Amino acid sequence: MNTWLSLHWHAFFLALRRLASTPYASLLNIIVIGVAFSLPTGVYILLENLQTFSGQTSGEPQLSLFLELDTDKATIAKIESRLKQHPQVANFQFISKDSALKQLKQGSGLTDVVDSLTQNPLPDAFIINAKSAAPEVLEQLRAEIQKWPKAEHVQLDSAWTKRLEALLKLGQLAVLILTALLSFALVVVTFNTIRLQILTKRDEIEVSKLIGATSGFIRRPFLYFGAIQGVAGGVIAWLIIAIVIHLINSELTNLVQLYAIDLHLYHLSFEDSISLLLFSSWLGWIGAWLSVASHLWQIEPK
Amino acid sequence: MISFSNVYKRYPNGFDALKNIDFTIKLGEMVFITGHSGAGKSTLLRLIAAIERPTIGDIIVNNKNVGMLKRRAIPFLRRNLGMVFQDQKILFDRSVFDNVLLPLQICGFDHRSATGRVRAALDKVGLLNREKAHPITLSGGERQRLCIARAVVNRPSILIADEPTANLDADYTKDIMNMFKSFHQVGVTILIAIPDTRLLGGSQQRILALNHGKLAT
Repeated sequence: MNTWLSLHWHAFFLALRRLASTPYASLLNIIVIGVAFSLPTGVYILLENLQTFSGQTSGEPQLSLFLELDTDKATIAKIESRLKQHPQVANFQFISKDSALKQLKQGSGLTDVVDSLTQNPLPDAFIINAKSAAPEVLEQLRAEIQKWPKAEHVQLDSAWTKRLEALLKLGQLAVLILTALLSFALVVVTFNTIRLQILTKRDEIEVSKLIGATSGFIRRPFLYFGAIQGVAGGVIAWLIIAIVIHLINSELTNLVQLYAIDLHLYHLSFEDSISLLLFSSWLGWIGAWLSVASHLWQIEPK
Repeated sequence: MISFSNVYKRYPNGFDALKNIDFTIKLGEMVFITGHSGAGKSTLLRLIAAIERPTIGDIIVNNKNVGMLKRRAIPFLRRNLGMVFQDQKILFDRSVFDNVLLPLQICGFDHRSATGRVRAALDKVGLLNREKAHPITLSGGERQRLCIARAVVNRPSILIADEPTANLDADYTKDIMNMFKSFHQVGVTILIAIPDTRLLGGSQQRILALNHGKLAT
């Protein structure tokens, strides 16, 4: 156990020393990896933010039934009882024109405009939650309710969230493709760095083999090197994104003031940040491993 | 213990480096291998360390058939052998101390006990005051002593040296030979290739004389 630990410490420190012995080359490599990685990560964060934004609006199967402006109380009561008995309706909520106006006043920051109105332009409405989320059932329900007396318009509220979700799925595919391509780039960068290193360390490798080094002992510092370089690249990517988000958020505050909405970007969560670093170090390790596997056997003591 | 039975080594170009080699070296023995250049001295030593494999025959080192060893087992064989190479193989990108430290790092010693062993090895060869020096600043004799320190730092049971006194003057040669003798006195099996018996200075030692790949009897 002790031996195992000191072998790994040795490999780890050797990798750090090798990294520090060529500071400019190492730094450039790490920045290349970081920039390459910040791209898919950035798109991913944009999607995450969009998702939390769309998550605030309900994704449940919901219909809005707007009644004609001149609907009287008796008709409303009739509709209420019909909804109660309908087998497809889970529950519903009545929003009177007055409370709708109040909500508009509070929620949108359009107080002045609302106050200047001489009469309430809003209709009475029902928000209906359906039991089934299947699009056909919802569409059927919508068509049915549309035919009821005094129903002005029935709207499927989940439609636009669906569209957004489809768009997000497309975005996720884009992230996946970007990640795959740039991961490949990271592996290639590491592969080449390690290849050059193996060439310059030829003597050391040969002597080590002659005096009893296992191939694991020789391989290990290169693998650590790849992993450390990967992690450092991941950190750079994280920092790049942190800076970009900071810049965008300070621009967004202007927008937020203009439109009175709460909108700002969040950085990666703690778990996602850890995953980013683990993933980039794993890729570095893979690149190093491939390089070592394809070059180390060529160096045999003579 | 090292024993060769019926060993042949033929290189791919058809050259027979060793022919029908048969000998046994007992534990704690000190043996010299002599012969002209190209007689097969180096090949014989390289077979012991499994740097090369015999074409025919068995080589037993510490009760293991070296020719049959799996690749994975070779490092562990070499850890029991101290080797002084003909071309020295000193690493010039690190200090004298770090050169001697390498075999211990390979075995996974922790830093503190490794440091003690490196100093002890350097002390034995008289290089303790040069531990921080760069190998490039060492004289020929000092470099050879560095190689010996690196070979013995792991306290191997067998020490193999391939022409350790090449390019050294008579004083240094005597020096180095005395060093090997002192290791022999503490029980290390020693095998040294030398071009010429005159280097022995008349002392009585067992000699394996090689001539064109054959052992002279």
